Amino acid sequence: MMKTPLLSVIALIAVLSPPAAAQTPAPRAAGAPKELRVGIVTLLSGPASSTFGIPAKKAADAWVEKINDEGGIGGVKIVPVLTDEAGPGDKVVAEFRRLAADEKVDLVIGYISSANCVAVPAVAEELKVLTVLFDCGTTRVFEEAKYKYVFRTAAHTGIDGIGAARYLLAAKPDVKTIAGLNQDYAWGRDSWEIFSRALRKLKPDVQVVETLWPKLFQGDLSAEISKLLTAKPDVIFHSLWGTDLASVNSQGRVRGLFRQSLVIHNNSAFLFKEFRDLPDGFVVGFRGTHWPDVPDPARNPLQKEFIERCTKKFGEPCGSPHGSYHMVQALQGVKTAYEKAIKATGRWPSVDDVVKAFEYLEFDSPSGRIAMGVGGGHQAIEDSLYGTVKLDPQRNQNVLSSVRVFPAKCVNPPDGVKTLDWIDQGFRGAQCP
Amino acid sequence: MSAGLTFTYGVVRILNLAHGNLYALGAYMGAWLVLGWGSSAMPVLSYLLLFAAAVFIGVTAGPLIERLFLRRVYGKEEEIQILLTFSILLILEDVIKLVWGVSPLFADKPYIYMGHVRLGGVDYAGYPFLLTGIAVVTGILLWLVVTRTRFGKVLVSVITDREVSSALGVNVPRIYTLAFTLGAVFAALGGAFTAPMFSVVPGIGAEVIVVSFAVVAIGGLGSIGGAALGALLVGLARATAVHLFPELDVFAIYLIMALVLLFRPQGLFGQVQARRI
Repeated sequence: MMKTPLLSVIALIAVLSPPAAAQTPAPRAAGAPKELRVGIVTLLSGPASSTFGIPAKKAADAWVEKINDEGGIGGVKIVPVLTDEAGPGDKVVAEFRRLAADEKVDLVIGYISSANCVAVPAVAEELKVLTVLFDCGTTRVFEEAKYKYVFRTAAHTGIDGIGAARYLLAAKPDVKTIAGLNQDYAWGRDSWEIFSRALRKLKPDVQVVETLWPKLFQGDLSAEISKLLTAKPDVIFHSLWGTDLASVNSQGRVRGLFRQSLVIHNNSAFLFKEFRDLPDGFVVGFRGTHWPDVPDPARNPLQKEFIERCTKKFGEPCGSPHGSYHMVQALQGVKTAYEKAIKATGRWPSVDDVVKAFEYLEFDSPSGRIAMGVGGGHQAIEDSLYGTVKLDPQRNQNVLSSVRVFPAKCVNPPDGVKTLDWIDQGFRGAQCP
Repeated sequence: MSAGLTFTYGVVRILNLAHGNLYALGAYMGAWLVLGWGSSAMPVLSYLLLFAAAVFIGVTAGPLIERLFLRRVYGKEEEIQILLTFSILLILEDVIKLVWGVSPLFADKPYIYMGHVRLGGVDYAGYPFLLTGIAVVTGILLWLVVTRTRFGKVLVSVITDREVSSALGVNVPRIYTLAFTLGAVFAALGGAFTAPMFSVVPGIGAEVIVVSFAVVAIGGLGSIGGAALGALLVGLARATAVHLFPELDVFAIYLIMALVLLFRPQGLFGQVQARRI
């Protein structure tokens, strides 16, 4: 007879107790909507999808789930509206308008292609939709224009070239000749311009002996490699990606390119399985501290949680660090800006309140502390990470050795200064260790 | 690749835009087989797998496309044929994504196994020499089939006059299927054996078809010898441009094509055809 009331009490407690994840929900802000609709635009198809777009999508899946598990933003759950970025610029702009008008999103996080990052902001301003560019690299977005509703939570490509130049001079201070191998479009041209200009400013006696511009996704780089083998530069800088990157790695390794010259690559968005096959001595760089042990999951709980959540959800990390870490940075930036705005206003914020909170914001992410430090507070600065691929004979696998992290203020120009002007001025005010 | 494109056009008179997708299917199947079953203990197996991939794709996708789609538009307006093959291109692009996903397949072991040779003080990979050998052997075999076999003679008669061949008892639809399948095998062979040189990703078919069109336009549509010469000219033009004028790398190919078309609109080996009324 004693069992029944005891069981009833236990059952009553069980029924009344909320689920574990919702035990400490974020307090719901006054006037909060039922849900926060976030347009997520990333490359889901095409040649850049596997190394950039899909990892970003996986990261969004994992991190939105985390934010919602913890009660959402200001007590409001995020509802992602996924859209493919692939296609010509006019289609991407039309999709942006569709997200705003038909899907009624509250904000958009998106864009890997620099061309899209140049095309979308004008429409975002027109529609007054908060837009967070999460991955594209062009310096043009905030160095050539000003936007109110547009932010970028990842560093621009300036740090790729400046970081490469600084790492190169540390690794090979006696460099005399360099050559460039870059795809013949804006990304390749900009990458080479920033790197070669920065290097020659830091070491004026360096000579450029060759600049080659293969077509995007040319695949067969035999002729270019022959030319580089005959030119014999001390250093080869390239910014190839996709099938061209795989080509230069396998074709160059067989033909002794990596033995002859030090090869340095910026913005290395490698999948981990690709990293396993990279040639020994290859110098690789990352736009931000995105690597399984950099910054350091033991000291950065967000990085630890990101790796764990991806592994639990997908059975492996979310893909190449480039797209995946940048996506989480965007979500963290949005979350922090909304929470700051809620705190400041005491209610659910308007888009203008969020914009105000976002400017010059600092927030934590799996990549470390991110500061919206330049572009009038709309453009993030990040540390630059470079390292050398080395085969660990004991583990019989590649490791990233001779790792160097250049602080954000060492590789980013100060607010209001254009990257190329900063280089030409001799990196005035750079804070390097 | 270009031999297959021009051969198919020579027989069925359809410019197949989806030819690049057959190349891509061969590349995917080849890379997938090598990654799954290739073994460093027996390198020759990898090359056999690449060959098997090409044959499998050719003899399955080729007849399927020809019988299901192309057969319905023989003799129709070129616009309809182009639209149909463009539709097949888009469908196959998505089929590849459905089957193999969007992650790149990187099977470079057959390329690495061949090592390198030193010529004139520069190291060259051995694998492209193998590709050249395969291209030469394929070309000779194709020539032998067309000129020395009964099938070849029937093929030539169908190319020359479909109606007369049919009246003489030739099973023309069957010849079309066989010819298209052969062209598909060539495309898949090109894809499978170039796959080890770079990562196989969605979209490679569309990339390669553009250069193939330049090759066959230079050589002359329908001419296998022309395709061989066109490929040689395009390769030499690119290599020369990269060494002497890197900025003109891509332009060089199309400059040659423009010059050839300016003076010989039918291509170097193409034949001017009388219009039937």
